[in-house]
Amino acid sequence: MLNASLKELAGALAQKKISSVELTQLFLNRIEKLNPALNAFITVDAQKSLAQAHTADERIAKGGAQPLAGIPVAHKDIFVTKGWLTTCGSKILSNFTGPYDANVIERFNDAGAVILGKTNMDEFAMGSSTETSFYGPVRNPWGQAYVPGGSSGGSAAAVAARMAPAATGTDTGGSIRQPAALSGLSGLKPTYGLVSRYGMIAFASSLDQGGPIAKSAEDLALLLNVMAGFDARDSTSVERTREDYVRDLEKPLAGLRIGVPKEHFGEGLAADVGKAVEAALAQLEKLGAKRVPIGLPSSGLSVPAYYVIAPAEASSNLSRYDGVRYGHRAKEYSDLADMYRKTRAEGFGAEVRRRILIGTYVLSHGYYDAYYVKAQKIRRLIANDFAEAFKLCDLVVGPTTPTVAFKIGAKAADPVQMYLNDLYTIPANLAGLPGMSIPCGFGRDNLPVGLHIVGNYFSEAKMLNVAHQYQKATDWHKREPAGIQS
Amino acid sequence: MNWEIVIGLETHAQLSTASKMFSGASTAFGAPPNTQASAVDIALPGVLPVANRSAVERAIRFGLAIGGEKVINRRSVFARKNYFYPDLPKGYQISQYELPIVKGGEIRILTKSGEKVIRLTRAHLEEDTGKSLHEDFHGMSGIDLNRTGVPLLEIVSEPEMRSAEEAVAYAKTLHSLVRWIDICDGNMQEGSFRCDANVSVRRPGAPLGTRCEIKNLNSFRFIERAIEFEAKRQIEILENGGKIVQETRLYDPDKDETRPMRTKEEAHDYRYFPDPDLLPLEVSEEWLEGEREKLPELPQAKRDRFQREYGLSPYDANLLTETREKAEYFEATRKLLKGPSPKTVANWVNGELSALLNEHGVGFSQILIEQKAFANLLDRIHDGTISANAGKEVLHGMAGGEGTADEIIEKRGLKQISDAGEIEKIVDQVLAANAKQAEDYRAGKEKAFNSLVGQVMKATQGKANPAQVNEILKRKLAG
Repeated sequence: MLNASLKELAGALAQKKISSVELTQLFLNRIEKLNPALNAFITVDAQKSLAQAHTADERIAKGGAQPLAGIPVAHKDIFVTKGWLTTCGSKILSNFTGPYDANVIERFNDAGAVILGKTNMDEFAMGSSTETSFYGPVRNPWGQAYVPGGSSGGSAAAVAARMAPAATGTDTGGSIRQPAALSGLSGLKPTYGLVSRYGMIAFASSLDQGGPIAKSAEDLALLLNVMAGFDARDSTSVERTREDYVRDLEKPLAGLRIGVPKEHFGEGLAADVGKAVEAALAQLEKLGAKRVPIGLPSSGLSVPAYYVIAPAEASSNLSRYDGVRYGHRAKEYSDLADMYRKTRAEGFGAEVRRRILIGTYVLSHGYYDAYYVKAQKIRRLIANDFAEAFKLCDLVVGPTTPTVAFKIGAKAADPVQMYLNDLYTIPANLAGLPGMSIPCGFGRDNLPVGLHIVGNYFSEAKMLNVAHQYQKATDWHKREPAGIQS
Repeated sequence: MNWEIVIGLETHAQLSTASKMFSGASTAFGAPPNTQASAVDIALPGVLPVANRSAVERAIRFGLAIGGEKVINRRSVFARKNYFYPDLPKGYQISQYELPIVKGGEIRILTKSGEKVIRLTRAHLEEDTGKSLHEDFHGMSGIDLNRTGVPLLEIVSEPEMRSAEEAVAYAKTLHSLVRWIDICDGNMQEGSFRCDANVSVRRPGAPLGTRCEIKNLNSFRFIERAIEFEAKRQIEILENGGKIVQETRLYDPDKDETRPMRTKEEAHDYRYFPDPDLLPLEVSEEWLEGEREKLPELPQAKRDRFQREYGLSPYDANLLTETREKAEYFEATRKLLKGPSPKTVANWVNGELSALLNEHGVGFSQILIEQKAFANLLDRIHDGTISANAGKEVLHGMAGGEGTADEIIEKRGLKQISDAGEIEKIVDQVLAANAKQAEDYRAGKEKAFNSLVGQVMKATQGKANPAQVNEILKRKLAG
């Protein structure tokens, strides 16, 4: 059961081979056993989860339940969840209980899924290793000395260690795809605007997008069916006809043009990752795809542009955490300014403070044009690169990350090295395009390698189709971390 | 050498929508603190703003009213103005910065020296902040977030006013306009319409002087007093060889002075940038057309038409169009009448009727006296049944619910004597009893005539038709 796909779990529940309560308990036991070492969850509340599972069982008994009814799903602690502690990995929200449900949570609740717990993450999603969490680093199930990636590292570790069948994440510069790659999972960042940001605690509003992390593309399709949809409470949510993301999974790949950007295979790409990705490209060719060399000439500008835009938006988004209405407030202060200073200095960790400072700086009078306006122009160039590429190919394929997972602490002291981890994933966020990572082999120290797929706007069904066909022909996604086998 | 005062006004008009600029919370005034603050207003983690269509509609109507479609930006952008203050929950205010919804336009004002055009720089949508209450909290501050997110239209004029009188005329015209087109209730006590005045002084022809901004003037009298004080203060400083420091000041009505305001933040770098939670505001031609259809005839058009159609003076037309209800009352009454001239109707509406409504503390929107009843009264004056003076008495009786004009005239015996024979008889008696005055008049003492008229009126208890009395007296004295 721990290894079962969502389709298998749904089948077992429908055929009453297992109840949702039993299934939920199974995963809760697993969490109890493994979480102390891996630290993937910030909050687990068995009572709440089991109550929800009980309700799901009643729904299933009545018949006609939706595909995810009764299936436990772990949620990144960035999604505000009614009655659940919602911390965003930060001390400043360490006492904040969600007074409402994020749209994503509502959708899973409506589908009858069970909230299995809230997963650990980089503080305010700022990080690529889940080391910046106030709740301590998450360990990679593939090697506990290694990071699971970030910022959705808790969700990735939870699914990789089979503590959850599936999880939600958010991706601002790679925070779903990079941990999926480093943890041997499938992760999808949808087109900007496809999943509502309502109740998803903002890091950088113009880049943030929620999405699923799971064991396979097929699971991702089922999860996206629940998560995607218009929400009038999010002005950037896109109003369009509902899609069934499962519908195209079985399409053959004959005639598919996969664009391979030379910029993503140059300096900085580790040989082990390059080798696995090359093999994956060959596999896709074997399945009928045609390889098209393409260029993304502005690629190199994406990291600097991202580290202007994201901190700029974050510096403003995080102003609300001021100790006035909720969250942490300093115990002693002399006046208002002192209260703000102490509250925020105590409440935010070093990486968050660094990004607030960068963001405040780039928006300052006299610097705005040189940084923010320029970064926005680069953003357009990057979107144009992809628009040109998609004239030649259907999908852009390459490595998700330059290296496999690194050791905890290895890059913590060097922010720039840490930032370069998202070199290949950031362009999709800047352009608003859907991006995905699927396992495609193993590199150094038997650590997973991710294959990165970027599609045109709203081409999730096509991307999932390609990923699913690849996964039918390979078994990388079925591999389990050694030592914690279920 | 004299000084020229230069004034520009920034006006915050609260848009009369049921819900807030970016949330569904109510905008009703006077609720207990923090009972009208939604998750969005409190700025809980994860919440997002959604622009209120009704507020945008009102901004469009304003633009159409002051400059037509050419002043409406088809694409405007909401930006964040970042600063920390406890009554600003998000740590930023959503406003429009580089691309406001309205750019340009003008307001025509009327002062003693005639009509003047004041150009507008822009008008933009924004959300109000909450309120900080610094008293009664034992050394702490209370925060009320009911006002947080209330929609405002900030209307910015060019610095084209040259006196407090012009500034007040501008503020009044604008105040009348926003109520006229139904986008703001104009309630100044509740802060629905408040002005910031930018004041500087200079020698005529010299470049603009350093300005000071006087914040939150919420009455026309305060606007006038604050500008007058501030101009005097600046002139005194300059004449004593000093320099003006650019600053924000507050007007204290009790002391009738302005003084520097405690600033919210030491350094004013608001770090404006486009709000990534909101898409650019696009106004389609259809939307524009729809709003145009909702607009009534505008005050300026009505003023012009009243002068053209009814031969009224600019002054009368301006006064009649103070409010849409007053103008409509005038026109409805006039249409019911054939005899009295439009000027007479205008005089009564602007004069006695306005005074009466003021006394009762009501406006033309609450109709105290039906237009038909009012027209009937004017008819009675016109046909000589009663004198104009008696008309005023009848009007008050009507307001007091004593009945129709005719009933009151009857009940109070106000009918004037227009029977020439009867008046002649009384004139004869008065002349007989006042031979000395008659003699004086004939000898050239004009004043004596008035005294004789007075005697006749006294003898008839004021009921004689004054025109007839004049005419008969003159004839008799000449004979």
